[in-house]
Amino acid sequence: MKQPFENAIDAHGPTVLRVCRAVLGATVDADDAWSETFVAALRAWPELPEHTNVEAWLVRVAHRKAIDVVRANRRHAVPTDELPATAPSTEGVPHDGDPDLWSAVAALPERQRLAVAYHYVGGLTHGDTAELIGGTADAVRRAAADGIRALRKTYASSATQEGKR
Amino acid sequence: MNTHDNPALDLASALPVHTDELDLLRSRLAERAGHDGLLDVAYRTIDTPLGPLLLAATDRGLVRVAYEREEFEQVLDTIARRVSPRILRTPARLDEVARELDEYFAGHRRTFDLALDHSLSAGFRAEVHRNLPTIGYGRTASYGEVAALVGRPRAVRAVGTACATNPLPIVVPCHRVVRSDGSLGGYVGGVEAKTTLLTLEGAA
Repeated sequence: MKQPFENAIDAHGPTVLRVCRAVLGATVDADDAWSETFVAALRAWPELPEHTNVEAWLVRVAHRKAIDVVRANRRHAVPTDELPATAPSTEGVPHDGDPDLWSAVAALPERQRLAVAYHYVGGLTHGDTAELIGGTADAVRRAAADGIRALRKTYASSATQEGKR
Repeated sequence: MNTHDNPALDLASALPVHTDELDLLRSRLAERAGHDGLLDVAYRTIDTPLGPLLLAATDRGLVRVAYEREEFEQVLDTIARRVSPRILRTPARLDEVARELDEYFAGHRRTFDLALDHSLSAGFRAEVHRNLPTIGYGRTASYGEVAALVGRPRAVRAVGTACATNPLPIVVPCHRVVRSDGSLGGYVGGVEAKTTLLTLEGAA
């Protein structure tokens, strides 16, 4: 790629951060995955073919880096007697005043979350997402649709609440 | 990108990412890239009495100073093609250059004490560029005198072209080269900028 790398950060930095946060939660893990993605991209940049769809390429790199971050954390995991706090339940009434869409995304079942992240946030086709996370394009499409329906519900209710305030 | 088939919920805009968060990530990336030897060209812009200037440097030194009229985006594209596309905005790497230019514009500095990377100059032009700093602060030389200086007394036009394509204006003082009849001649930053620089140096 003969374009200045800085242009890729300008154009796709926010998208990649959203993808990393959708996959890993809005945490330092997501920040790390973002950094690892762009370091790897910078390394590969001069050899990247000119016609590459840079956004889709970065999202694929981000997927691998997110997996690396999860694996690294598992290796460093400290066994404990107590169970860690789990994601907020999606059953019953979600609370705490400020229903934030980031936590709603984090609360989606994994496959729905990944299908939504890579397609709706990262712009990959369902087929490309299926290649990354396994399964068929149709199954990924259904997972993405289920995920987005759940989010729309949360988002709509939070938007209504905002309106009432 | 609006290729997503979901007008009802635009997730990209509904999921906020703050500018300051991205700025922090970017500066960490630049630091890491420098550490890993992946940052080939660092750049920043500064404000000067001649308007914004773009400064770019490699490990070897300052490689480009550009006026806004040269269009920064095009300047960066050229650096990407001719030096390396591993270009990141990294202001801290150019603090020293920015400081020396500030001092120069304030009238406190007469010579620059900076490492220069002449990668963007080649051949005869490069030879002219390397010789321009011999024209002292506050002095001028004609295109013909510069041609004689580099041992090609008849290459007056070529000296003109070399000055017009100087990748390091101000620091490599092509503004001190004028016509033999005393008129200013052209300048990469515009004739007004040339006048301002020569006035600052007390040469006009």
